[in-house]
Amino acid sequence: MATKVVMEALSPTMEEGRLVKWNKNEGDQIKSGDILAEVETDKAVMELVARGDGVLRKRLANEGDASPVGTLLAVIAAPDENIDSIVGSAGAGAGASGQAAQSGGASQSAGSAAQAVADTKESTSKSAVPQAPAQSQGEASTPPQQKAGGQGAPPSAAPRPAPGAPSRPAAPRPPAAAAPAAPKGNGSSRPAAPAAGGRQRSSPLARRLATERGIQLGGIQGTGPGGRIVKRDIENAKAAGVAAGRSAAAARLATEGDFKDVALTQIRKTIAKRLTESNGPIPTFFLTAEFDATRAAELRIQLAEMGDEYKASFNDIVIKAVALALAEHPEVNAHWLGDKIRQFNRIHVAMAVAIEDGLITPVLFDADQMTLWDISAKARDLAGRARERKLMPEEYTGSTFSVSNLGMFGIDQFTAIINPPETGILAVGRAEDKAVFVDGQVVMRKRLRLTMSCDHRAVDGAVGARFLQTLGRMIENPLMLVY
Amino acid sequence: MAVLTYRDALTQALREELQRDDRVFLMGEEVAQYNGAYKVSKGLLDEFGPMRIVDTPITELGFAGVGVGAAMVGLRPIVEFMTWNFALLALDEVVNAAAKMLYMSGGQYKMPMVFRGPNGAALQLAGQHSQAWESWLAHIPGLKVLTPGTPADAKGLLKSAIRDDNPVVFLEGEMLYNVKGEVPEGEHIVPIGVAELKREGDHCSVITHGKMVLVAMKVADDLAKEGINIDVVDLRTVRPMDVEAISRSVQKTNRAVVLEEGWEICGMGSQVVDFIQRECFDDLDAPVLRVHQEEVPMPYAKNLERAAKPDAGKTVKAIRKVMYLD
Repeated sequence: MATKVVMEALSPTMEEGRLVKWNKNEGDQIKSGDILAEVETDKAVMELVARGDGVLRKRLANEGDASPVGTLLAVIAAPDENIDSIVGSAGAGAGASGQAAQSGGASQSAGSAAQAVADTKESTSKSAVPQAPAQSQGEASTPPQQKAGGQGAPPSAAPRPAPGAPSRPAAPRPPAAAAPAAPKGNGSSRPAAPAAGGRQRSSPLARRLATERGIQLGGIQGTGPGGRIVKRDIENAKAAGVAAGRSAAAARLATEGDFKDVALTQIRKTIAKRLTESNGPIPTFFLTAEFDATRAAELRIQLAEMGDEYKASFNDIVIKAVALALAEHPEVNAHWLGDKIRQFNRIHVAMAVAIEDGLITPVLFDADQMTLWDISAKARDLAGRARERKLMPEEYTGSTFSVSNLGMFGIDQFTAIINPPETGILAVGRAEDKAVFVDGQVVMRKRLRLTMSCDHRAVDGAVGARFLQTLGRMIENPLMLVY
Repeated sequence: MAVLTYRDALTQALREELQRDDRVFLMGEEVAQYNGAYKVSKGLLDEFGPMRIVDTPITELGFAGVGVGAAMVGLRPIVEFMTWNFALLALDEVVNAAAKMLYMSGGQYKMPMVFRGPNGAALQLAGQHSQAWESWLAHIPGLKVLTPGTPADAKGLLKSAIRDDNPVVFLEGEMLYNVKGEVPEGEHIVPIGVAELKREGDHCSVITHGKMVLVAMKVADDLAKEGINIDVVDLRTVRPMDVEAISRSVQKTNRAVVLEEGWEICGMGSQVVDFIQRECFDDLDAPVLRVHQEEVPMPYAKNLERAAKPDAGKTVKAIRKVMYLD
């Protein structure tokens, strides 16, 4: 039985993905769980895993192609199985990749359209695997005029999985565990239906929770009857963190001639889209203040003298101070939601990390509860893995406030762009030695410039200023951070 | 608060409503001189006289029809069936006359009447006299179907039923008449169509009504000792059904067991499950299970009767199953 390989939603916000590299060639023997390809999502490079056994009969996407979620990328089938109808239907579902040409191209006559629909019907009935529920739903909601020739055939072969909740779940299913028997004493005469082609079962609640938390069901072993993934499995997966590493980074393209064309990567597109969204509709204002960071600098030296494991950067100190200041100013620890402002009780501080071709904002969850030592260790870990692009989606989503630091590049001060729906971001400049007046004397002090960008729809000037005041008090008296 | 039997709570409701409104009258087999087959009308003949407490011949279809006629001309009859098993003979009046009169007369005739009596099984009354009819009756647009499971609800719902301008089916229970509980005195009204959360817990919802409320409460007590806390949703009215109360509970617990006295196929529970799948699809962590009478006419033999009835053991088993504990 043929298994379709489609572009899966590998992150909560993914709408399309770029196929970075095929790991398998046509003709290769495939087992369920094998890594077929690497796919670049809007944030990271993730693995595309086989959901069925057989031979990789056909690859329909080329390395470098970007395809919307749901697009057919390849077909896994038995060596002698006829897959023409599945391959032929590739263009009909997504209409994006070059495969549309195979089913008649852009100017399809009515006759060939009907043919494509008929093919689709055949292919869906052949690949009985996972589409059953999606298809019956699609059929029920298909307006009659979309059905060709009164055949009642569903128009699309490639149902689009919901983000984070693939409708083509992975194959692993306990082999011996049959479907749950109808409860005894319940008088039920329904036979236990066998699982169709190794579909992974999950409760509706489990699917909803997985979507909400950005967890892939494919990597989870269900503990319910017949291997059904239930609520507790999602909760355990959340605790353990489902491994979904990636292998090699995208291969560098060789450069030729006087110039080099650089294609827009997914992350670059996302940055452009998001930041335009930000500077356009968000009425932003900026507050800059300079604080005395002498004591903070002394604290850093003292910590470093205690040993490498106690080292903390200026950024760590600022993040800790921000978290504590946010606890006193919940009106700044907020999201603008269009029709309301949501102030958070918990404080999740995102820190902008520069990576090879963009930036990403891993999150320090409950940063106000973390010790400086915790923040330092966690920030190092997150930044390191961000640069290797190994962050899990749940590690870079869910922040309530952000901090961006360009001090290490010698930037005195700058303005950062708000990451919506957050209502504020703090830009940290470098700490530099300056001559300042203290008690009528000119003395040398470490000075640090902080600039806060505020979404005026949620945060007024005085509110932001009071927050900065609290923050400054913390930084100037770093004992408050450990008190 | 006074502790009364379910029987005395009903008598109290009847007396108060007979006193309150002289259009209200009670009729049925043995309701007057014999004080009622189950003594629900005890003392009422002496207090209200033979014009208001009326003995009828053994003619269910006949006196149900008299009741319909009386309601059409402005009285507020309460028709007692000795049991709902006998009421099968009167269903034409209940279903074809009472339930449809307002609609088919274009709103000219209200039907302010109550059909009441014991429903479901007692002990060893065998196949013909041990049946729970609520799903038959709740199927009919135009009827309201009430199934009180406690003395307080029996009083409060009967008063609401008598004051309602629509035909109300009021299902009591022979095994409930001696159950005791606190009953508020005087003007205690339980609104029709409103369920009550009789016990609160996070682990599983048990949705039930009528006689099975007692079973659910016992299950709740037993499971609490194991650290399993269940929501007991007492529907109290099965038509109209309080869908919001059901959803609220299931959205909290993510799993449900529906417990009823009648049979499985087209039982009250199938309707509850339908509401749950519609309103709570994304909240469910397990299929909803049902506990009900086995699919046989009620056996006479004591041991077989016990095996055929829904009970605490079967309910616990279903709860453990939807919690993935077994």
